[in-house]
Amino acid sequence: MLRFVVRRLLQLIPILLGLSVLLFAWLRALPGGPAQAALGERATPEAIARYNELFGLDQPLYVQYLRFLGRAVQLDFGNSARTGRPVTEEFLERMPGTIELTLFAMVFAIGVGIPLGYLAARRHGSWLDSTSVVGSLLGVATPVFFLAYLLRLLFAVELGWLPGSGRQEVRIDATRITNFYVLDGLLTREWDAAWDAFLHLVLPGIALGTIPLAIIVRITRASVLDVVNEDYVRTANAKGLATATVRRRHVIRNALLPVSTTIGLQTGLLLSGAVLTETVFAFGGVGSAIFDAIFARDFAVLQGFILMLAVVYVLVNLLVDISYGLLDPRVRVR
Amino acid sequence: MQRRPQRVLAASAAALTAVTLAACASSDRDSGEGGEGGEAQSGGTLVFGAAGDPAMLDPAFGSDGETFRVARQIHEGLLGNELGGTEPVPELAEDYEVSEDGLEYTFNLRQGVTFHDGTDFNAEAVCFNFDRWYNFEGLATSPSASYYYQAVFGGFASTPDTPSIYESCEATDESTAVIRLTQVTSKFPSALALPAFSIQSPEALQQYDADNLSGSEDALSYSEYALEHPTGTGPFRFESWDRGNGEVTLVRNEDYWGDAPLLDEIIFRTIPDGNTRRQELQSGAIDGYDFVAPADYQSLEDDGFQVLVRDPFNILYLGFNGGNVPGTQANPALQNPQVRQAIAHAIDRETIVNSLLPEGAEAATQFMPPTVDGWADDVTTYDYDPDRARQLLQEAGAEGTTLRFYYPTEVSRPYLPDPAAMFQVISQNLTDAGFTIEPVALPWNPDYLNAVQAGQADIHLLGWTGDYNDAYNFIGTFFAEASNGQASAEFGAFSNPEIFAALAEADAEPDASARTEQYQEANRLIMDYLPGVPISHSPPALVVADNVEGLEPSPLTAEVFSTVSITD
Amino acid sequence: MSAVGDVRRRRIDELAARAGQVPEGEGGVSLTRSAFRRLRRNPVAILGAVIVVVFLVVAAFAPLLAPRDPLAQTLLSEIRPGFIPGSQPGFPLGVDELGRDLLSRLIVGSRQSLLIGVVSTLLGVVVGMALGVLAGAFGGWVDTVVMRFVDIILSIPSLLMAISISVLLGQNQWSLMIAIAVTQVPVFARLLRGSMLAQRGSDYVLAAQALGIRRRRIVFGHVLPNSLSPVIVQATLSLATAIIEAAALSFLGLGDPDLARPEWGAMLSNAQDFLSVRPELAIYPAVCIIVVALGFTLLGEALREALDPKFRR
Repeated sequence: MLRFVVRRLLQLIPILLGLSVLLFAWLRALPGGPAQAALGERATPEAIARYNELFGLDQPLYVQYLRFLGRAVQLDFGNSARTGRPVTEEFLERMPGTIELTLFAMVFAIGVGIPLGYLAARRHGSWLDSTSVVGSLLGVATPVFFLAYLLRLLFAVELGWLPGSGRQEVRIDATRITNFYVLDGLLTREWDAAWDAFLHLVLPGIALGTIPLAIIVRITRASVLDVVNEDYVRTANAKGLATATVRRRHVIRNALLPVSTTIGLQTGLLLSGAVLTETVFAFGGVGSAIFDAIFARDFAVLQGFILMLAVVYVLVNLLVDISYGLLDPRVRVR
Repeated sequence: MQRRPQRVLAASAAALTAVTLAACASSDRDSGEGGEGGEAQSGGTLVFGAAGDPAMLDPAFGSDGETFRVARQIHEGLLGNELGGTEPVPELAEDYEVSEDGLEYTFNLRQGVTFHDGTDFNAEAVCFNFDRWYNFEGLATSPSASYYYQAVFGGFASTPDTPSIYESCEATDESTAVIRLTQVTSKFPSALALPAFSIQSPEALQQYDADNLSGSEDALSYSEYALEHPTGTGPFRFESWDRGNGEVTLVRNEDYWGDAPLLDEIIFRTIPDGNTRRQELQSGAIDGYDFVAPADYQSLEDDGFQVLVRDPFNILYLGFNGGNVPGTQANPALQNPQVRQAIAHAIDRETIVNSLLPEGAEAATQFMPPTVDGWADDVTTYDYDPDRARQLLQEAGAEGTTLRFYYPTEVSRPYLPDPAAMFQVISQNLTDAGFTIEPVALPWNPDYLNAVQAGQADIHLLGWTGDYNDAYNFIGTFFAEASNGQASAEFGAFSNPEIFAALAEADAEPDASARTEQYQEANRLIMDYLPGVPISHSPPALVVADNVEGLEPSPLTAEVFSTVSITD
Repeated sequence: MSAVGDVRRRRIDELAARAGQVPEGEGGVSLTRSAFRRLRRNPVAILGAVIVVVFLVVAAFAPLLAPRDPLAQTLLSEIRPGFIPGSQPGFPLGVDELGRDLLSRLIVGSRQSLLIGVVSTLLGVVVGMALGVLAGAFGGWVDTVVMRFVDIILSIPSLLMAISISVLLGQNQWSLMIAIAVTQVPVFARLLRGSMLAQRGSDYVLAAQALGIRRRRIVFGHVLPNSLSPVIVQATLSLATAIIEAAALSFLGLGDPDLARPEWGAMLSNAQDFLSVRPELAIYPAVCIIVVALGFTLLGEALREALDPKFRR
């Protein structure tokens, strides 16, 4: 198992190198190059020359790349043009929020999706089945930001049940330790703050979790239907095993394999969805920062955030692969 | 030269009366409700939705509304703004005298005022601030850092090529500061009401290294002072700034020299999306916000919120590229006065004002609102007349001229609530008149502003909210001669010596009524030459919940929250 | 193999392998024909196909179908801030915030949505297939290099990728399509490569090789055509994704700057500002997007089932 993990970690290196080349090329390819990107269109030729010299942009390309790489390895992506603060600092400050949100969305999608998909398959052809199929198709077809607006309009504005923006009610004076607000609330025993932070996750979490939910319902339903027809299930049934045992030992366990694959896939997609959801809900995470950076043409932030998010994405996939290995003995044998 | 101080003192007397009256009014109302006591309730937290984060909190380096919105609560200048009006009134100075030649100003300072760090406000502190600005070096002298200082005072000690009109500041005693200028300007002292000229604590400025800017011109990194320790004399003290969530928290300054502020705490929370701001107000998460969409004025009022409409003190215009920006391709058609007139006649300002702008908006005849001295009622006007526009275009032989029309996205300005709608209507008007439009959309900051500055657009939408009641603050900002012998690039860098001369003359005229006439003449010249098309003056609005009292909307968008109270 | 998107890749590969299984035919009936027969019997497929066909017809004949000029600000003078006239004679769905006929805008808007969907998917398919064929046909180091490249692209979440591309290429409708296309490339590349690899060891390829047929002919004459079915399925599904993603990019302000061209995504994101005044402005385009995306998804899923040998038992 350890060897498996180490091998996978080593395999990350070429991917990350490739990514860094891509992002380096991206910044170079921006209209006017990095100097103009940083200084703006009004920059005088002298200012550009000064900037180029300062950042070594007058050096040969490979030298520039190596420097860029050197700084990237130390997580130095320069300063945000908008706030003037180090990009990495902003990322670390905002990432916990996105992680909380993504976790919530995933737990929501799995917690609702698997039972729903299972029930739909068990009652194949019932109204529950058709509703969940239609619902899951609609879930995938609805633009995330529109769903987000609808959810907020209904639950935050009309009904007033849930907070509609931000990560914490501003009037609550909460202590920050880890920047995971729910966790902070629990650690400091500020229960009200923890509960409030949790409530703030609900609407964006549901908006973000809808697509994975829809997909998980579909996959669970399909794979349960598949498994039920497998020979070993029929055999088990024929042997006279209790229905509950058959379901627990054979159906659910085997049906979960493709579901876990899907979960891995969706976690990555959530990072995309977070840009939209966090923006609509003014949620102070990585996604909304990317949105702001697009308009402020804050290339340092875009570059750093995208690279760091890609690393997170790769690591999440690695985790999923490892867990997959635990679930399915066949994978480990390879 | 007795006229000036009289004017300011008169204004201050008027302001005092207004305050007194307001106090009476509010006590009447409260007693009418019965039981609750005679004055506005003290205490509580107000959460106000801002459209963007402040850049930082050292107003000397500020130039945007969101920075000033917060800075105005923390900092004060020698002069402030009349409550709910546009006239400068004494604030940290009790009054001032000006010498015969208009070059020496003696400010008599308010006594017993302390900064938030406990140090004393006095003449030394005033001069420290003036000298600080004058001695900016390096990045601090770039326009993106100290825009307003340069707009009013010119250059710095370190920039001999662009001399400063500031000569010296002398603390003749504890509460008297004498400021000398090298030339007369109509901008001084009115401009001292701008937040950029707030007097800040010398000790804090030094301790937290306020002038230490790093980064590059368009990516400035500010000092610890500007981010963590802004220290002024204002009604509220800086408490904290949670950048991840865009929340700036201010608390009441218990030692405030004026009437004690009522709120315990104000939190400015950044919510960039206007729709989200509205919904957050409706759900009760915030108590008010700025830049209400015109579409929401009515429905918010119907829902029981208070929409506070400011008097229009701004101008929206369609700018032209006059073609003198080096390195850009100008559209030669725009050099032809007939084409410019055709554009002006093509635009249906009445419909724009009625359909796109909030009630109370007016079509503009010139580049400043009627409430500013120097507005002329007899400028050449260009009524909506598509036939005339087509005819002019024909006469100019420019039918089908292609215009690159730039408009901003992701922004709502007080004078331009919905840029995309404005663009589409004007674009349709111009197409109807026989132009071909090539649309270019760019995010407001920095792309759009940069592109317009760099002269890439043929025509573009831009506007201006006045900083104080002064004609030069409008038409001087737009049309005065810049260092390169042209008008500023935002105004297409045209060269019209007549207009330049008229503006320079008016700016240097010490006599107010003569100055007003000169500005009227300048306005006539401008509207004859037509370097752009003035479109509208629009009343921007704030909205607050029904339990918020005492917020006086300011035409300058310069609201101070010291008189605001909130009930549960 | 590297760790990136291993799961995601495996899923694509599984799909490819399944569909790539050599068709055995059913009693001499060709794969296509039997698939078509199954499709016709599937009500879901029919619903999907009807939606898609209606959408295509509307888009094709939009200028004829639209009752009014979608750009004419006919009722602009009746608009007030906070008031937009609703449905009335001549304007069955009412007008938008600039007094333009909403129905006509929706009809004409279908064109732009179709264009974005088709162009971006085609681009994605063509480039993805080229890469996939390259890797699948040559194997060896070509395969490694191509697939590493694809892995790297896969390692960037798709919307972030699209954002980066849009920022790079500036704001116009083509950069929007390219941005969406780039996110599709890796999917098609992997899909095609996988399904070609799956056939490499199959009997008919071995037979062809034994007969001395040249590799190029085997690849283009036999392997490639047999690998196409998963691509067709995926392309149908991708059309739905592309239309939704275009709406998302519009919402992020990276859409088409020419507001004169009506487009559902832009109409939807623009209407958010008028939700309190006239929610229909948002609801109609949203419904259009959802229904069309649903149509393509249903059709794609049905195609997948029809072409998947696993379902043929």
